[in-house]
Amino acid sequence: MATLQQAIEQTTVTGNKAFIPYIMAGDGGLETLKPTILQLQQMDVTAIEVGIPFTDPVADGPTIEQAGERALAAGVTLRKVFETLASFKEEIHVPLVVMTYFNPVLAYGLEAFAEACVAGGVKGLIVPDVPLEESTILRETLNPYGIDIVQLVSLTSPPERIARIAAASQGFVYAVTVNGITGARTNFAHDLKGHFAHLREVSHIPVLAGFGISTPEQVVSMGALGDGVIVGSAIVTALHEGNLTKVEALVSASKGDLEKSTL
Amino acid sequence: MGNSIANSVPSKEGRYGKFGGQYVPETLMTALLGLETAYDEAMKDPLFTDELTYYLQQYVGRETPLYYAENLTKELDGAKIYLKREDLNHTGAHKINNAIGQALLAKRMGKKKIVAETGAGQHGVATATACALLNLECVVFMGAEDIERQQLNVFRMELLGTKVESVETGSKTLKDAVNAALRYWVTNVEDTHYILGSALGPHPFPKIVRDFQRVIGEETRKQILEKEGRLPDAVVACIGGGSNAIGMFHPFVDDETVALYGVEAAGSGIETGKHAAAIAGGQLGVLHGAYMYLLQDENGFVQEAHSISAGLDYPGKGPEHCYLHDIGRAKFQSITDSEALEGLQLLSRTEGILPALESSHAIAYTAKLAKTMSTDDIIVVCLSGRGDKDVHTVRKALGGDR
Repeated sequence: MATLQQAIEQTTVTGNKAFIPYIMAGDGGLETLKPTILQLQQMDVTAIEVGIPFTDPVADGPTIEQAGERALAAGVTLRKVFETLASFKEEIHVPLVVMTYFNPVLAYGLEAFAEACVAGGVKGLIVPDVPLEESTILRETLNPYGIDIVQLVSLTSPPERIARIAAASQGFVYAVTVNGITGARTNFAHDLKGHFAHLREVSHIPVLAGFGISTPEQVVSMGALGDGVIVGSAIVTALHEGNLTKVEALVSASKGDLEKSTL
Repeated sequence: MGNSIANSVPSKEGRYGKFGGQYVPETLMTALLGLETAYDEAMKDPLFTDELTYYLQQYVGRETPLYYAENLTKELDGAKIYLKREDLNHTGAHKINNAIGQALLAKRMGKKKIVAETGAGQHGVATATACALLNLECVVFMGAEDIERQQLNVFRMELLGTKVESVETGSKTLKDAVNAALRYWVTNVEDTHYILGSALGPHPFPKIVRDFQRVIGEETRKQILEKEGRLPDAVVACIGGGSNAIGMFHPFVDDETVALYGVEAAGSGIETGKHAAAIAGGQLGVLHGAYMYLLQDENGFVQEAHSISAGLDYPGKGPEHCYLHDIGRAKFQSITDSEALEGLQLLSRTEGILPALESSHAIAYTAKLAKTMSTDDIIVVCLSGRGDKDVHTVRKALGGDR
């Protein structure tokens, strides 16, 4: 299977933008995890971000927090997610990226976590509460297993810091497009164009935009800033409502020659 | 000072031994790094420290007395007991020491807005007070369940011009209020300072809160030397997140002859699982930015803390306390809800002082400890707050509810 970076570059080389949907594992019951991943894979997404529910998701807005509460109520744990992924690993052909807060990983044990990632076809890890300063231990433990540690860059990160984060990040750079938590937005402040131009200049790996992207139009406009987008809350809501048409509309907005579209 | 334990932590990376650190979303990192710089500069600037001292003396009412509790001492017939009267501070608890300090710091940094979390409402009231005084806009997040339990403190904050936001997620208590305050801060970080109320959270908060609360221990040290001509044999403080305890302990950490006792809330009893004693009954983990002892299950999910005292109702312990426990410098004991209620009645009856339920844990442990010591020994207890806010809870618990 391709690495994260390869999967993204295989998408962008065709003129399309990378599209990574975020799902909350076990929202609707753990038995939905397999069909959801296979459906998204069918839609030709670039990779899939698998969210692990947590009791205290400080980086998430109400949509993902509530999805997490539903998953917790359904008894979903990191261990059960790994068991489920391992059960249909052969059918998974897109790279999976686990997004989890740090404490469940610590409780699992870093080495055991790395082994479980391999057994479940997981190629990358995003830990929103582990910034650059605390991230060395993740790379040291997980890189030997072929797992990339994706770092986030925020609008508040100064240029010198952005360069250091971009240098440390693996697979892609996750560019947070708002000051705030995950969830739908109508307005994006700040000089996003300048921010992304700088990011792409200093980054040797693809740059993806995430947080707040919730409509096909935003997929187009935000996708044009970098190499693609991550869509979370809008996907979580659509899946919760069983609205696959909406999911498809978001995914297909990433396809086509976006560089020509106007911002 | 070469071998000082007290001055050896935190490290440049915000570590207390293996504890602490900065486990926060990237959006907050620049604010934390900026806060650290601004704080270090402020503490070296006499204009800032003089202003802080001015407000602590003229507004908060420092220094607070170190009171010899003669009746309590006689009743227990053991060590001599002194009470550090933080309950006599403006707003009724030690929380104001930190709230004033951080509000002044926020002003100095050019931030016009303040966000804070509160459990029982003491830190919320202290922050609302400091913001009213210094003309800062203030929003306080409070769990829906705590709002229900502490209606009067909610109203107090509103009278002080603060907006109180109810937190309806998770367990609807203090830890969820911290989550909400952190989310608010992430979203409004450019014009807002977060006044964290305990010696918790990401670096540099545990250090800043400790330093602003150190005045408790510094005064105590000076006062006991004046009164007794020597240092105490033991210092006792209750510990939720740990702000009054670290403020009291820190100036004594390098005095090897002074035993330090932190008293955790055992709730219904540690064996019942319904408690807030993360050092006695938790495991290592990360919550709200710090690596510390934490109440959690085998999946790393954070568990709800339980205590009759809303101010001790937090699932973690501040990183410096975890460190002092690990190196054996401080000892952590626990006191149940019913023992704390006995402590509260004991002090009320013998001294005419109604302690906060939080501080009643320290009193209850002191009652046990004093009996094991000689009448020549000296114990200092941090009486962190007064109990007026708890009268309703206490009446209910003692069956006097009419």
